[in-house]
Amino acid sequence: MQQFIRQLAQENDFQATRLLKILRAIQARYFYIPKAAIEQLALMLNISRTQIQNVIEFYSFFHLEPRGQFDILISNSITDLMVGQAELINYFAEKLGVKIGEVRADGVVSLNNTSCTGMCDQSLAGLVNGYAITHLTKSRIDEIVENVNKQLPLDQWSRDFFKVEDNIIKSGLLLNETPIKGAAIKATFARGLMETLTEVEKSGLRGRGGAGYTTAWKWKYCREENADQRYIICNADEGEPGTFKDRVILNAYADSVFEGMTVAAAIIGATQGFIYLRGEYLHLYEKLEAILVERRAANLLGKNILQNGFDFDIEICLGAGAYICGEESALIESLEGKAGIPRNRPPYPVISGYLNKPTSVNNVETFLAAANIAIHGGEWFAAFGTAKSKGTKIHSISGDCAKPGIYEYPFGVTVQTILDDCGATDVLGVQIGGPSGTFISNDEFQRKIAFEDLATGGSFIVFNNSRNILDIVHNFSHFFAHESCGFCTPCRVGTSLLKKQIDKIVEGHGSAGDIVALEELCQLIKNYSHCGLGQTAANPVLTTLERYPEIYQSMLKKISYEPGFDLDKSLETARRLANRDDAAAHLAQVEE
Amino acid sequence: MTNKKVKVATVSLAGCFGCHMSFLDLDERLVDLVEHIQFDRSPLTDIEHCSSDCDIGLIEGGVCNSENVHTLREFRKNCKILVAVGACAINGGLPAMRNHISLEDCLNESYVDGIGVENAQIPSDVELPLLLDKVHPIHEVVKIDYFLPGCPPSADVFWKFLTDLLAGVEPSLPYELVHFD
Amino acid sequence: MNKSIVIDGKNVPFEDGQTIMQAATAAGIYIPHLCHNPDFTPHGSCKLCTVKVNGRNCSACTFPASEGQNITNVTQELNDDREKITQMLFVEGNHFCPSCEKTGNCNLQAVAYHLGMTDNHFPHFFENREVDASHPDVMIDHNRCIFCTLCVRASQQVDGKDVFAISGRGIDKRLVVNSESGLLKDSDLEATDCAAHICPTGAILIKRTGYKVPIGQRIYDHSQIDTVTLANEGASHDE
Repeated sequence: MQQFIRQLAQENDFQATRLLKILRAIQARYFYIPKAAIEQLALMLNISRTQIQNVIEFYSFFHLEPRGQFDILISNSITDLMVGQAELINYFAEKLGVKIGEVRADGVVSLNNTSCTGMCDQSLAGLVNGYAITHLTKSRIDEIVENVNKQLPLDQWSRDFFKVEDNIIKSGLLLNETPIKGAAIKATFARGLMETLTEVEKSGLRGRGGAGYTTAWKWKYCREENADQRYIICNADEGEPGTFKDRVILNAYADSVFEGMTVAAAIIGATQGFIYLRGEYLHLYEKLEAILVERRAANLLGKNILQNGFDFDIEICLGAGAYICGEESALIESLEGKAGIPRNRPPYPVISGYLNKPTSVNNVETFLAAANIAIHGGEWFAAFGTAKSKGTKIHSISGDCAKPGIYEYPFGVTVQTILDDCGATDVLGVQIGGPSGTFISNDEFQRKIAFEDLATGGSFIVFNNSRNILDIVHNFSHFFAHESCGFCTPCRVGTSLLKKQIDKIVEGHGSAGDIVALEELCQLIKNYSHCGLGQTAANPVLTTLERYPEIYQSMLKKISYEPGFDLDKSLETARRLANRDDAAAHLAQVEE
Repeated sequence: MTNKKVKVATVSLAGCFGCHMSFLDLDERLVDLVEHIQFDRSPLTDIEHCSSDCDIGLIEGGVCNSENVHTLREFRKNCKILVAVGACAINGGLPAMRNHISLEDCLNESYVDGIGVENAQIPSDVELPLLLDKVHPIHEVVKIDYFLPGCPPSADVFWKFLTDLLAGVEPSLPYELVHFD
Repeated sequence: MNKSIVIDGKNVPFEDGQTIMQAATAAGIYIPHLCHNPDFTPHGSCKLCTVKVNGRNCSACTFPASEGQNITNVTQELNDDREKITQMLFVEGNHFCPSCEKTGNCNLQAVAYHLGMTDNHFPHFFENREVDASHPDVMIDHNRCIFCTLCVRASQQVDGKDVFAISGRGIDKRLVVNSESGLLKDSDLEATDCAAHICPTGAILIKRTGYKVPIGQRIYDHSQIDTVTLANEGASHDE
């Protein structure tokens, strides 16, 4: 192992910023990060062992204890639950002979839940040793169990398991274009860098991750900041449950995204770019690397790009299972080889980002749009959409509809139009923008997708009338508690309290005061949290409580107060040890 | 203030009676107090159950067993105002420090494996209340109206709180009277 | 030429580069805080110092003061919410004041007193946390850690060591020690280190000193944390 780690460290130039990459390799080889590896790495990378320990404990895909040789994770996103995730993962566990969360005694296989893997249009989805598997059914699970028990190496499994479909159902302005291989760079230099920035500004392009900051301004501030180095980062940490459009864009339009990054780099004056690819999209890694190689060969990357005297290259960095890294400053921390904890702002990344240099972090779709704008000009893009939301938006549509997949619409499209197109009927409501967004009821389908009405990063989950609102809220609350980075008190403690409070109500132990307590807690988390995760973590409760107060009320008992823990269960140990089961050995949950 | 005396009930659940002792530290002020209050169920009176019209219930100690749950419910049912008195009632206090050890280990250490244990067995009698897995603050079992922190709250805390209530004003404690220790 | 901000209606001068907290402290205005200490880089994690800057919530310890800021600090709403944030810290850890050596000198407790907190409001987590008593002179009681990172910062910034770190994610966060065994005895920590004395709660304690000052005669037994803080922190910044 010493030799392996020495070589790894060497390949990564002994750079602590490459810690995640190094740990991914160790985890893949040994199924955990041995203590000895931490000690050796600390010396070789010249960082403290606690920094390495923190990174291992922070990211879901790193482990201090061995996982199975086949580490199987099943997505527990709401769309997976809607196709029977609970039953299927139990079936999987039973067939494998392993408990959920544990490693089988022979060390061959381990099984656990994981947050949304971005395959919501091909649920039930999961990961085997980091590689995406889709469309899991009982019969496919049987086949996997057979492969595992035979200890068949992953590369000998049927390719069918790993098939990931693009499912582009409706193309628009951007998806109708073919992948760009140099045209945008040429157009940019022909027009002039500042002139191209002006076109991007004219286009009205705003960040496609959901927050909607004007792209041209970000680039402008970054460019204007006095510095010897600047960075461009593509945020491909698409972790919002229900979003998968970046996966498809990177699979089908990667050239355009890289081209967009290159144009942005030329404008802001960066020579180095990174694409932070979420760990769940490991299956895309080799393909993207190959495209980068091609682009270097075609002089679209590297030195003196297309003879314009401009140097730029892109490195792909993989995440390791942490939703918070979608937040730009957490992403930057992660790129620096640290836990993904959002920074204090100001300063903003455009002033002080990666390695404290000016850094522009933009979404995959933003770069796709920017590359096309560089070719066609701002007017071309701004002709679509609304006054405040220009151009088109690419949506990931999943849940209860006939045709889940990728849909591109100009901003201003109504929810009803999208529902009609994707074949959704008998709809109860739609989760727009993922758990951190808004749940809208079927009274609101004339509302528009736009920054000024329903802002979204692209997640669009349809629920029909057979679904229970509280099941959805329950799933989302657990998601946020799991993904909170734990930096600030309101989010760290609050999301766990919120999870407990929702559990209490969903399990039927709520009473009148519990809704008041719930709302109070939500406001506290929303108003006092450090970053967007905490500030939106209560949205599932707040947006549904506003629309369906009667559903919450119906769960409440007609008493003034009920304990938050199970009284009778709390006597179980004592009953067993005293060997009693008489009436006095039990407690009613509420007074008779 | 009406002629009718205010009925006060008190009890110690998983506590050490220290809060009650502190209450008795009111000393001569008790004489003034009983002009206005009348003790109902309380270790001070040996009355076994609450009258149905108690005004104030003072609860010392957390909830550690089934009997505590029943007692606490009796108080909640019969007292208009229920007060958590002292650290144990408020957050479980010292008894809650057993929450880190499994109940099974606790009982085994006490009755089976402990040094000097004779006739080792875990007691089993229908007369004995069973222990809960964890010791809980009382607000996790019933609704509580007021909290008097301290280990114990000083006699001055009881005096200020009760005289405020008797005077019909919202009870409040000055800085010097708020202590968690 | 003096630049100023307004805090609760009062004009407060500031210099460029100062945070709202620094400007306020220098002007004798107390903003409740736990993870902040003027001697170290601000952290911004406890969120007790949240103030409203032109209507928007900001952490006073990290947010730069700038012209035109109208800030509210002492309001019923902010103090009620600060109390709830303090209560969150109390239920997350295991804070049993009567059995803690730090009682009366504890900032967590003192902030709670200051905010008029009499109960813990939320359900307790009762998490099982360890005590590390391995070091001859210093002990860690993880039950009382609030992840303020003051020991982490003190060790790095004052002691020139790197003894402490926070590890883990979300509610599983914990204080870890930089030694191969993970135990304090195997770290570089000495009882004279700043990091051994900086803990605002009773999580890091110097052994055999806990009851030198009897309960009842301790810092916060008779003085409020606002007065104490302004006397200490105001002084260290008035040059």
